[in-house]
Amino acid sequence: MVPLSYYLVLSGILFACGVLGFLIKRNIITIFMSIELMLNGVNLSFVAFAAQWHALSGQVFVFFVMVVAAAEAAVGLAIIIAVYRTRETLNVDQVNLLKL
Amino acid sequence: MAGAVNLLVQSHPINSALSLIVVMGSLAAEYLLLGAEFLAAIQVIVYAGAIMVLFLITIMLLNAGKEERTKGSRVAILIGVPGVTIGAVLVAWTLVGRTSTTHLASIGALWGAPKDIARLLFHNFLLPFEVTSVLILIAIMGAVVLASRPEAIAQPQRSRPVPQETCELVVTGKDH
Amino acid sequence: MTANPYLWLVPVLPLAGAAINGFFGRGSSKKAITAIALGFCGAAFALALFLAAGFSSASAPYYYDLAHWLRSGSFQVDFSFYLDQLSLVMLLVVTGVGFLIHIYSVGYMWDDDGYYRFMAYLNLFMFFMLTLVLAKNYLVMFIGWEGVGLASYLLIGFWFTKDSAASAGKKAFIVNRIGDFGFLIALFLMIKHFGTLDFTHVFASVQTLPTETAGAGLLSAIGLLLMVGAAGKSAQIPLYVWLPDAMEGPTPVSALIHAATMVTAGVYMVARSSVIFERAPMAMMVVAIIGTLTALFAATIGIAQTDIKKVLAYSTVSQLGYMFMACGVGAFSAGIFHLMTHAFFKGLLFLAAGSVIHGIGGEQDMRKMGGLRVYMPWTFVTMGIATLAIAGIPPLAGFWSKDEILWRAYNASWVYWLIGVITAFITSFYMFRLMYMTFGGEYRAAAAQETHGHDGHGYGHGGPHESPWVMLWPLIILAVLSVLGGWVAGYNHHFENFLAPVFQGGKAVAEESPEAGKSALEYLLMAVSVSVAGLGWLLAYLLYSRRPELPVRIAAWLDGLDEAVAHKYYIDELYTALFVKPLIDGSTTILWHGVDQGVIDAAVNDSADAARHVSDNVRHMQSGNLRSYAGWVAAGGAAVIAYMVWMGVR
Repeated sequence: MVPLSYYLVLSGILFACGVLGFLIKRNIITIFMSIELMLNGVNLSFVAFAAQWHALSGQVFVFFVMVVAAAEAAVGLAIIIAVYRTRETLNVDQVNLLKL
Repeated sequence: MAGAVNLLVQSHPINSALSLIVVMGSLAAEYLLLGAEFLAAIQVIVYAGAIMVLFLITIMLLNAGKEERTKGSRVAILIGVPGVTIGAVLVAWTLVGRTSTTHLASIGALWGAPKDIARLLFHNFLLPFEVTSVLILIAIMGAVVLASRPEAIAQPQRSRPVPQETCELVVTGKDH
Repeated sequence: MTANPYLWLVPVLPLAGAAINGFFGRGSSKKAITAIALGFCGAAFALALFLAAGFSSASAPYYYDLAHWLRSGSFQVDFSFYLDQLSLVMLLVVTGVGFLIHIYSVGYMWDDDGYYRFMAYLNLFMFFMLTLVLAKNYLVMFIGWEGVGLASYLLIGFWFTKDSAASAGKKAFIVNRIGDFGFLIALFLMIKHFGTLDFTHVFASVQTLPTETAGAGLLSAIGLLLMVGAAGKSAQIPLYVWLPDAMEGPTPVSALIHAATMVTAGVYMVARSSVIFERAPMAMMVVAIIGTLTALFAATIGIAQTDIKKVLAYSTVSQLGYMFMACGVGAFSAGIFHLMTHAFFKGLLFLAAGSVIHGIGGEQDMRKMGGLRVYMPWTFVTMGIATLAIAGIPPLAGFWSKDEILWRAYNASWVYWLIGVITAFITSFYMFRLMYMTFGGEYRAAAAQETHGHDGHGYGHGGPHESPWVMLWPLIILAVLSVLGGWVAGYNHHFENFLAPVFQGGKAVAEESPEAGKSALEYLLMAVSVSVAGLGWLLAYLLYSRRPELPVRIAAWLDGLDEAVAHKYYIDELYTALFVKPLIDGSTTILWHGVDQGVIDAAVNDSADAARHVSDNVRHMQSGNLRSYAGWVAAGGAAVIAYMVWMGVR
């Protein structure tokens, strides 16, 4: 008998942590992990709402989110590897090619 | 939540990855509590099992070390952090005040059976299902292309990259 | 009123000549240009004679509506032409004297590079002047009014490469414009109160209004404003300053425009508006006072001038003052009579002066002339006749018209008469001074000529010589007119009776018809004016023929006064200090630096600067730094969330 708002607040906190991680961290991989954290937070709120309204489509949506997250993680990590090869650094502040 | 905070706090990416795994696991447990058994299983298998492993492989491949202290962006700290906190607080306040406090699924009432989800997936959500499979295919192809080694790779340069060559490198992926 | 379909041809013929010469004249032969110019002008003159022959007072006035022009509610103005006795007199004067001057210009301007331009401008001027004279409403008259101002500007500044000529043209046009401003306000008043600008309708409306004996009213305002316009066009105080400078133009221009025709447009306009003036005694008094003062004022300046054309210019201003004095005391027909005779003898004087200038190679300073009667006998004789005419020696033309004015002025107030007589004395004095200095004694420039050879000559001729016959015939014809013109018209009040239908209808109070004979008083006044003219002649003879060294001594004795008069009473300097300089300074500081540079340029420059500054600052957003992007996204997201929460809460 947990009120819905608790789940939602937790979801919000997880999301916020993800964003904070994105802003604070300098290692690009860690930033990626914060993105995953954000996605997870959102997943949680989906599932919570699905449970409240007994609508399974909420869970199906979570399924899709996970799929997309997986694909994105794969591609993103590939990009990171490619960038690492040229820049020899994982520090996101040093990958600002706009500034010559 | 503890895991999430820990992710932020840790300086070595390996530790951050491990704390993220903790978060994943706890989320799986939450899903179970909410009666989504299939999703809980998927969470553990896909997220914690595959994606995080991928992260760990990459970290270890690239030999990522402790984070250096570099001059970051002032904007991110000054504007972003307050922004996100304010946003989060607002959302939380709204949610707390607005949403109903009726009880949710009690523990044990697992109603997200795989059979039902499968029925939905292949009947109502067939198109998105097929599209996501195409998406995965594309992701695979992209990852393979992006991460493939160039034919002849010279020693990675130790010095600060020169703009012209770097530009060419990044765009074409070729050394010269 | 009867319709006359030939009326509109009279102005248009010279216009055609101007157009042909203006567009095609540059490459044409001088003979062709001359043929076109003289042909069209002569055709206009012939047509005028034809109209005069067919003119009968019974069916006058004639009119012709050429085309519609303005229609605005109940207000309408058309291109309409009008011929009554007054217009007929003006028409004959303009076309006749104009044609003679065209012939003269052929000789005078033959060697000039801009010959075709000159002929085109002359024809253009004729067109505008004829439009002015033949107009049936004030607006068409205004077209002519402005147009003669334009032609005057073009012709004064004909030798535009000379700075002084260009400035003189500018000055003439601008001072004219000031007068035109007054004219326009008068037109606006007419439109507002009478709803029309047509002569017949306006005058009919005016005649329903009472005479404004108790000071100012609508008609006085209109009359005064019309007078402002006339003062600008006819060079009266305070807007006369352009006329002496206008002598920069070629002499035929001075003869045509600034003696015979354009400057008389103001007098014509006042005479035409006699109905309005008759009912506004205050305005009429102002007209008379301005005329009288101008006459005296200009005459005094004329005494000290050394340039032959400037003397004649001030003489023109002075004689125009006589005409306005006549109109101001109600003697409109006398004013027009003097206009006609003045056109004859002043036109002749200018043309003869041009002949003198042409004959001695461009010299205009009288101090360098003298003894020319030997070299230029015809010019001497004709100019002498004109001088007698302007001095008012009977039985030449000037005597008849000037005397008529003085008699009528006396009837109005002895002050006018006295000033008029004094002015006559001065007029006679300076005209005979001009004659003695130019034609009497020995040729003073002979010695100077030998030393510097042919350098100083404008046309490269050798020694003073008589002008060619093409220039002399107009002189002779005008001389004949100066002798006979007054006699024929003035005898037995022929002229006044002829013009009576025009002016009689406008009179508020019916006047007694002019007496057939003359009273004793009139004979006495006539004798006074003639003797005064003789005195002037005598004085000039004494000072400039018998004892030529005296004027210099007298001038030294009256040093300060002489300086002032020689410098035209410093009026030009006064105007410059009062109007021109403050205007230029104000324009420079306020409008140029302040508005143009400070506001407009600054607005444009500052908006560009502002755009640059803004983009400079915004540029920093594009740093390439991932985290700053994320920071902006987070902030933006928070803003959106806040907005949505706020909307939800409301």
